[in-house]
Parts: sequence; C-alpha cells; structure tokens
Amino acid sequence: MFENIKIWWHQGKQYIPDVTNAKLPGIFRGRPVITRSGVDEAALVELCPTGAITGNPVCIDLGKCTFCGECAFRFPEKISFTSDYKLSANVRERLVVKEGDDKGIVVEPSKVRKGVRSLFGQSLKLRQVSAGGDNSCELELNACNNVQFDMSRFGIDFVASPRHADGVVITGPITANMAGPLEICYNAVPDPKIVILVGTDAISGGIFADSPALDRDFLTKYPVDLYVPGNPAHPLTFINGVLDMLKKQ
Amino acid sequence: MKYISISNNQAVSLDSIPELPYEEFLESNVGMLTDSPERHCVNYFGFWTGVYSSGGPVEDQYDENKNRKEYSENVKLICCIADDKTHQIYVSSATVAPEVVYESFTARNHNFEKYEREMHEAFGIQYNNHPWLKPVRYSHDRAGKAETIENYPFFGADSHELHEVGVGPIHAGIIEPGHFRFICNGEQIMHLEIQLGYQHRGIEQLFLQKKKLAELTTLAENIAGDTTVGHTIAFVNLWESLCGYRPGRSLHFSRTLALELERIAIHTGDMSAVCADIGYQLGNSVYGRLRTPIINFLQEWGGNRLAKGLIRAGRTNFPFSRKLGARLASILDEFELDFNEMTSKFFKLPSALSRLEKTGVVTYGQVLEIGTVGMAARMSGLNRDIRSSHPFNLFGEGFTHEPVIKHHGDVYARVRLRRDEIHQSIGYIRKMIADIPEFTEVAGVKLNPQRNMFILSLVEGWRGEICHCAITDNEGSLGLYKIKDPSFHNWMALAQAVRNNGISDFPICNKSFNLSYCGHDL
Ligand code: SF4
Repeated sequence: MFENIKIWWHQGKQYIPDVTNAKLPGIFRGRPVITRSGVDEAALVELCPTGAITGNPVCIDLGKCTFCGECAFRFPEKISFTSDYKLSANVRERLVVKEGDDKGIVVEPSKVRKGVRSLFGQSLKLRQVSAGGDNSCELELNACNNVQFDMSRFGIDFVASPRHADGVVITGPITANMAGPLEICYNAVPDPKIVILVGTDAISGGIFADSPALDRDFLTKYPVDLYVPGNPAHPLTFINGVLDMLKKQ
Repeated sequence: MKYISISNNQAVSLDSIPELPYEEFLESNVGMLTDSPERHCVNYFGFWTGVYSSGGPVEDQYDENKNRKEYSENVKLICCIADDKTHQIYVSSATVAPEVVYESFTARNHNFEKYEREMHEAFGIQYNNHPWLKPVRYSHDRAGKAETIENYPFFGADSHELHEVGVGPIHAGIIEPGHFRFICNGEQIMHLEIQLGYQHRGIEQLFLQKKKLAELTTLAENIAGDTTVGHTIAFVNLWESLCGYRPGRSLHFSRTLALELERIAIHTGDMSAVCADIGYQLGNSVYGRLRTPIINFLQEWGGNRLAKGLIRAGRTNFPFSRKLGARLASILDEFELDFNEMTSKFFKLPSALSRLEKTGVVTYGQVLEIGTVGMAARMSGLNRDIRSSHPFNLFGEGFTHEPVIKHHGDVYARVRLRRDEIHQSIGYIRKMIADIPEFTEVAGVKLNPQRNMFILSLVEGWRGEICHCAITDNEGSLGLYKIKDPSFHNWMALAQAVRNNGISDFPICNKSFNLSYCGHDL
C-alpha cells in the first residue's frame, strides 16, 4: 500500500484543468493563417499532397489538409500554422480557411441539430468505428480518456455497444469492406443519433480520396453533425469540438 | 546462378535478378530455409508482366468496374530471402501463368503460407498442397470477385461439445476492425481464426497512381499510424537509394532517433494496455501517462505527436538541435524515474504475474515454422532484428545493436521484452544526443528514380521487420510498390498463442502482440 501511495504521489497532478485554454508544448500545426502576400500560386497549389489548397483567393480546406506543413515551409510569407487546436466545425464549408481570415473555426449554434443539446448535453455516449483508419486517430481518441485529458469528466464516453450509444464516431476513409459493418453499427444506434467524422481521412478521404477500394456512400445517406480535422486529430481538438457542439463550457 | 545477392537498400537492375524455371525456383528458395533459422522470407510477391512491360498509366489497367483489364497473361514472381549471418538478401524470380496449377512452397515450409494465399487472391494462381488458399484481405482488385468478405467461409467444428464465438469486425474498444472466430470447449479456446481485410485501402495501387514525392511520402506516413516513423523511414531509405542519393549523417541521425522514440512510446502504451486487460488500474494509468511526454516530445520536435511530417526523403524540415537534445535528456531522466518505480512494483506483483506467466505461449518451434519476425520472434528465442542483421541508418555505423531475446514465448516474455527494449532505446538515445551532428542541408537535391530497377528496404520498427520493395519501369516511374508490415507474419502467432487458453485471456494475449490491422490490410 505504502509503495502504491508513493507511486501516486510521484505522478503528481496530470490532468489539464482547463481543456478549453490549454497550451500545447513546442510546435503544433493547428489552424493556418494565410496572408494576402503574392506568391506563385500555381506552385503553391501544386505542392500540396492532398489538393487541400486552391488558388485565387488562396484557401486551405482543413477537411483535406493532412497538416504536413509543407506549404508553410515553402511559402512562409504566405502560410503559417498557429497552435490553435480548435478546428472542429459542424458546417463543412467552415473548414475552409481563406487568405486574410484570422478568425477561429467555430461550431455554429444555430446549425446544431434540434435535440442534440437538450438530449446529450448532460451525457453523451459514443461508439467509435474505425473504417480504414490508420490507427493514429484511434490512438488519439483513446488518449481522450487518459489521465491527462480525462474526457469522462464532461460526461462524454466511448462505449462498447452501439445499442448503448448516442452516435458514431468515424475514423478512416471508409473502405468498401467496412461500409457494410459501419452501416449495421449506425442502424443499431437508437434514434436520435449523431455522426462525428474524425480526421482528414474520414472527412474527405485524405490521401486515399481517389482509391478504388473505398465506398463513402454512407456519407451521402446520413447527416454529419461534427467534423474534427487533423492527421491525427489532437485530443483537444476532439474534446473542444464535442463540448462546443453540446455547449458545455 | 540461382539468385542475386544484395544488401539492405541496395538498388539493382531488374534484369540482374535471375529467372528460374518454377521447379528450380521452388527448390532453391525452400531449400535455403531448410534447417536455417538465420534465414527467412522477407518478401515474396508477383506482378503482371504485361502490365509492367506495357509501361502504361496504372489508371488504364482497370475498367470502369474496377476489374483489371485482360491484357496480360503471365505473372512474374520475385522471392527475397534474408540471411542474417551474411547480412545479405537473396533475390530470385520465376514467371508463371495463372491458369496452370503449381506446387506450393507452403507444403514444404510454412513461412510461405500467406504469400501464396496473397498471390492466389491477386492473380488466381492455383497451388497444389497448400493447406487453405483463402483470401488474405479481399482486395478490390482480387482475381476472384465472387468471394466477398461478407460470405467468408469460417472454419467450423461439427460437434455438440464445442461452440463458436464470433467477434468483430467492430471490436468493443477503440481499435481497428477484424473478425475473430473462436472455437471453444467451454472456456477453453481450441482454435482461433483471424479474418482481416476490413481496412483494405488499396495503398499499394495508390503508390503507382500518385506521381509526386510529397504524395508518396504522405501515403507512407499513413500506412500504419502507430508506426509512422518505421514505415516512413522504410520509404525514404528506399527512395533515396532508388535515386542514387546518399543522405548525410544528420538525416540518418534524426531517423534513428525518431525510430527509437516511437519504440519507447508504443511499448510503454502497450504495457499500459496489458495492465488494463488484467484489471491493474495503477499500471494502466501510470504507463499510459508515461507515453505522453514521449509523444509530446515528438510534437515539440516536429509538430505532430505521431511524427507525421517529420521524415522526408533527401531533407528534413526539422533539424535536431542541441536545445532539443537537452530537452529530451531531461524528459528521459524524468521518464526513467517513474518508469522504474512503476516497473519494479508491477513485476513483483503476484496477482499480475499470475495472469502473465505461462499465458499465451508460442514455442520456438512454432515461431520458426510460422516465420514470425521482430518482437514476436524474439519472445521465443528466435533472433530476428533487422537493426543487427541488416543494419540501416545509424545502426552498424553509430552503434552495434544486441537484440533483446526472451525464451518463454508467453505474455510475460512479451512484456519483459518491451521493458528491456525501452531501457535499451533510452540508452541509444542518450548516446546519440551526446553527439548531435551539425545539420547540413544539401541544396537543390534532385530525386529522380533510376529506370528498370529493383530495390528492397528493411527497417526494424517497434513491432518488427518492415519491408518495402519497389520496381521502376523504363520511364523511371513506379511499376510496383510492395509493402509488408511485420503483422503480416505475426497474426498467425497470435492465433497459435491463444490455443488452450481461457477465452478471458484473449485480450491480454492480443495486447501483448498489438498487431496492426491497417498495416496488414494495406
Ligand atoms: S499542410 Fe495541408 S495544405 Fe499545406 S501542403 Fe500539407 S496538406 Fe497541403
């Protein structure tokens, strides 16, 4: 017992007291800022591996961006990444950052589906489905519940059965082989239910977007309530996105 | 000459690989493995010769229904056998016609079991005396479209005493999908069949579809997110050699450093997961939180906790500075204090040890027969570690690596292996950061692949041996890209490990291997 207490003591306090205003260590590639300075736009568009950048005006679609940072390295006068990890949105177009934009990305309260806040505001249970995810978003979603981020304190949890869930969290570009199981899982969640897409691959297909091995029909059939960008999405990006959707702050 | 002998990351002309009649090809490759535990097959694959020699764009190889167009008759097979004593890889080839039935390698040596299934799935090649030519991953471009992942014929047992338990593809936790079918006698597992393929994203084909280096690197980074560093190093080492470029010491340094950091982080996380599965809450949370400073350091260094964006062919955006070195040294000091304290408690806790010892045993004979690699080989006394047998980057130059070997092949051996490898990697990192090379950016590096080449790149990731192979066509474009994650060999070891164990021990067996689904399904 004494040894256990010693170990506890040595761990100190690990949790982040305020997850909405935490500062990340070192560098982090979060929300980009694009200046209006003139650069070779064609070269800029060309260098992006996932086609996230479009020209005239220069925009970065965070739903396609893998946050590799290459654009900022090649055109530092044009693009820089801030450490702002609040990147989630409930409207897909909100993920597109335009040159000259310097406002944060937000969840629009008026677009949150009716009933989501009143029903799930106190407690939200989620079933995660990895549909071709490379296990990086999965690792970070697991981390949401470690002693640091401790997401459970907000009443948000991952559960084992879709029958116990209020919605599904999808990672990965949705492979053809997972399309069926994903739909079965979604159908097993009682109504009303929400859908959250986590990571670039889930939102746009990412680097896999033009692979013949995908089947993304699911997304044309069912509404998406929250988009959480990142490759992988940082735990704070996920937690803040869900809290904003539920308006729990 | 039956084969060409190459070393890790050595590009050779495709024509220099000897082509043998199939019978001789079989005798030579199987013969090389007989009674030679120091040898195993690192890759064995095929490609349509018509497709390859046509040099046409890959998009044109498929019709609108995603079926491969019929303009090729033959399949060229390439087999690569690694020899750990001579540090060489022996490569040979044969050309076969899909409609002919061939003798299987597998009947003589189980190392080849999955490779032949893969070729049967992709090209429809039939083999005599193969135990079961079932599809490996239900890839979108498989030959037999009638076989689908939904109507997969699981092995069954016709018995009143036995029952089947099906799990997945979606598992209970936040993990990747796969279907596990147990045949049990009461609590006891008699047999486990693991069916994967749910994560199949068509990566190998995308490597041919994409032309830009930035795209290829991004693909490599997303093969398996828990092994970002391992797979990206395999790709960049391969690409640089393919282009005849020799990186300076600072690039080797940052790759090696990142690889060992990834090993520490994932091993620590896995120790946490094993603790969770035996209900040891303290170990679960302490090891879980100890992973954080390591991955946070990767973020401090390169802006991403899993090191995406850190490794690039011919360059790096994140030179490793003295300041980062000092910071890492202090992080490791703190890590080690807490890690040792927790570990000394965990490893003498009878209730924990009783769950780990003699659970999920795989013997030396079994791992040798299956051909497991990496940790899953070393847990049972089989010395397989690319860092010493086919050194890359700083290994063999900066320091000589002595693999950690255990002998009991149980969960306990796998956990102790992780503990010891964490210590070993910390030792390597301390040595490295005592002597950080000046970063030298070579301006204007042009990386253009040579034409008609074959290259193979091996890396010892935290799970084990990662193998990437590439072939270029007569225009210098990729004609083939073949990836092998260590999990490709090691899933069978998990199936063996759980036999005769209680089904409630399955989770710790599974976590103690922590194999990759996406790395397998590709
Ligand atoms: S950081 Fe995003 S936008 Fe910039 S190059 Fe990479 S993927 Fe493209």
